[in-house]
Amino acid sequence: MQTLDRLEAHSVHILRESYREFKSLVMLWSIGKDSTVLLWLARKAFFGHVPFPLMHVDTHFKVPEMITYRDKLARDWHLDMIVGENSAAIAAKQTFPDGKLTRVECCKALKSEALKNSLSGAWPRKRMDHTVGELRPEAKPEPFTGVIVGVRADEEGSRSKERYFSARDRQHEWDVGDQPPELWKQYKTDFAPGTHVRVHPLLDWTELNIWEYIEREQIPIISLYFDRGEGRRYRSLGCYPCTSPVNSTATNVPEIIRELQSGRFANIAERSGREQDKEDGGGLETLRRGGYM
Amino acid sequence: MFEEQLSIVMAGHVDHGKSTVIGRLLAETNALPEGKLEQVRTMCRRNARPFEYAFLLDALKDEQSQGITIDAARCFFRTAQRRYILIDAPGHIEFLKNMLTGASRAEAALLVIDAKEGIRENTKRHGYMLSMLGLRQIAVVVNKMDLVNYDQTVYAQIRRDFSAFLERLQIRPVSFIPVSGMQGVNIATRSTQETPWYQGPSVLEQIDLFQRREFPQAQPFRLPVQDIYKFTAQGDDRRIVTGTIETGTIATGDQVIFQPSGKRSRVKSIEYFHGPAKTSASAGEAPGFTLDTQIYIKPGEWMVRADQPPLQVGTRLRVNLFWMGHDPLVRGKSYKLKLGAVRLPVQLVEVLSIVDAAEQGTATSKQQVDRHDIAEVILETPKPVAFDLVSDIEQTGRLVIVDHYEIAGAGIILANVPTTDSTLATHVCAREIAWKPSAISMAERAKSYGHGAKFVVCASREGAPGERFARALERELCHRHFKAYYLGMDNVAQGLDADLGEHEEPQNEQIRRLGELARIMTDSGQIFITSLADIDDYDIRTLRLLNTPQEIVVIHVGDNPLLNDPPALAVTEGADIAPGLTAVCDYLRQQKVLVDFEI
Repeated sequence: MQTLDRLEAHSVHILRESYREFKSLVMLWSIGKDSTVLLWLARKAFFGHVPFPLMHVDTHFKVPEMITYRDKLARDWHLDMIVGENSAAIAAKQTFPDGKLTRVECCKALKSEALKNSLSGAWPRKRMDHTVGELRPEAKPEPFTGVIVGVRADEEGSRSKERYFSARDRQHEWDVGDQPPELWKQYKTDFAPGTHVRVHPLLDWTELNIWEYIEREQIPIISLYFDRGEGRRYRSLGCYPCTSPVNSTATNVPEIIRELQSGRFANIAERSGREQDKEDGGGLETLRRGGYM
Repeated sequence: MFEEQLSIVMAGHVDHGKSTVIGRLLAETNALPEGKLEQVRTMCRRNARPFEYAFLLDALKDEQSQGITIDAARCFFRTAQRRYILIDAPGHIEFLKNMLTGASRAEAALLVIDAKEGIRENTKRHGYMLSMLGLRQIAVVVNKMDLVNYDQTVYAQIRRDFSAFLERLQIRPVSFIPVSGMQGVNIATRSTQETPWYQGPSVLEQIDLFQRREFPQAQPFRLPVQDIYKFTAQGDDRRIVTGTIETGTIATGDQVIFQPSGKRSRVKSIEYFHGPAKTSASAGEAPGFTLDTQIYIKPGEWMVRADQPPLQVGTRLRVNLFWMGHDPLVRGKSYKLKLGAVRLPVQLVEVLSIVDAAEQGTATSKQQVDRHDIAEVILETPKPVAFDLVSDIEQTGRLVIVDHYEIAGAGIILANVPTTDSTLATHVCAREIAWKPSAISMAERAKSYGHGAKFVVCASREGAPGERFARALERELCHRHFKAYYLGMDNVAQGLDADLGEHEEPQNEQIRRLGELARIMTDSGQIFITSLADIDDYDIRTLRLLNTPQEIVVIHVGDNPLLNDPPALAVTEGADIAPGLTAVCDYLRQQKVLVDFEI
């Protein structure tokens, strides 16, 4: 079997395993290439269906194109999409772009906190109403205990230590030193009441694998990843105040693949454009222990 | 365009320098992201520590403070030939489960030994683990050769001793490579200067020599049934059996058997979303299957080909087990078994021997398995389970045991142990010997009540037809002045079974408790009625056994596709249940349970 076929089959196996084992399951969708590949893999696993909701955490600092693309795909693929946010912080302008918080603090408020409270159903959420094709406030936000996330091991040090099935306690904290064993396609699928699980079907994929798969499957991907005549493109998508485009003239997927294989990005970290990673010694690790994806 | 990718695990005793060797490999293959090396150098400067290649991997704060790898970290690099995932497995004994996790993902292993320290406990233990995991492609890296002045005799001694040890595990390492991670000797290229006496490959050359582990196509077809889907959205009416094929190949039109249920069908189509239509599938793939006939099965069955050898089926397995749970594996406790897609309760019956991994001898016989023990044990499941022996098919002869939500044991199946005995039968025997009978005999009670005692089980598919019928039966019998009592499982769940929310595999425990309860209720001389949905023959047999010495009456309400044993009576689940009730009363009267004194 080819590498991509192996990766696909393994991810599909993990998705089916989580669907079998967890009752209240949700998949996070950041609109980026990784979680969109994950969404595609869910359609592979469930033969064209996505039998659980998707959740997007909207920081209100996303590039507007991302929201347009998100809503279109949700309508086209009949996705049960939920949108959560930290409306209090956004309304009070308690953010980094408003000058009130550091980048890491802002990530914590607009992403980690928003995610935690959207997953638990504590904060109001919106859900795509397919009868009208628009987001509507959710009447009764239910808590989710199984969360499928598109992190990859090659992104960053702390992510390389993740399990496919990873337990978080009630406070969403991660005990890196005491993780369950995983062997022979057997994962930790039993959890004490009150804990929640993160499932990582993309753990073994590399950035290059992701692009090769997008090319092979012709997955519709947001155009921010391509140079549109300015000699710049996004390599990793985040909030616009903290994510800068890289210099590149790649205008399509094959050109991105070539760039990654041989070109100038071969030795530059993918998240190098993400400023919050650089704020202290272990910016992302500090965030992840506190529940960041 | 798509390159080959291979996973390699780094194993070995703590402090033997695995991370340093990997750090070197990454640097030598230019695999480090530009920012990464600088980030680690800055960190070292800030903390006034000399830079070490090992820090590259030990990217987490915890690790740097302890100086040991606590988890299996993955890193990626490439050679001219292909791409690699290198898994850095920790060498400290506390983290054996992490090592196991790392190694089970790999296709080949580099086992690192410190030339100065020599073979240590975990060097051997890791060797044993790799053999148990089925990883046979191992290269031994004799590291820190600089500390022994690149002395060939030191290298030769380690090579001799460790070869002898691995030989007993049927492992023949592909090479023994003398290296210095610190000085970069024999890592990327062979150093003629330091080790002119060594003719073998460098670590990097060896890595390129490793063979890709192919999926076992030639073995009999084995599909653990992970799930059965019927998504009705957008008018989809397919009923799809899914799973990841462990071994073998299959094509549309093939006759298949499901085990252990024994149901048969034929593959109608192979389903795969967004790709060319498939008429065959093989090991490693995770497609879906539709079948010619609508058979009713649950996840956890195996799908095999009718023209190939089937799996073994049994309730007692002889297993070689590695235990990593905080609590020991003990008898009399129920654990959860995971084997392919099977999820069943499991109990320890007997510890045959404890193997000392480090010494490879057989230790004294104790009757529990402690943390980090390797033991040969007999395990028992309450229902028959289908499996292969590891000597027949490695992939489907493996199991794990869950204790308190964690995978606590990993094992390979050595034998199917035939038995007519079971832990449950032994228990019922002992219970009946110890049971103190009431001063009122069953005959006296029957005379006083006007009827004998019975345990009536109304079985049906999911939904409420069984419950509806059972409740009506209770009313009908009460009308006729019989002492009848209906107990629904929902009520049991609220009280007697309230603690089972925390239970590993609650369904079996629910059945066990119900059986014990039935023993008490029938002893009181009543007609005890319950309804159960989607149970199988083994559940009924368990209830029958537990209800001994009183009798059980099984009534099928409507269709019961999971039950093959003939019922006492079958009634339809239609709107008019009166004829069914009459039939049951007639049946009970024939059985002399009911003495009709209304006349």
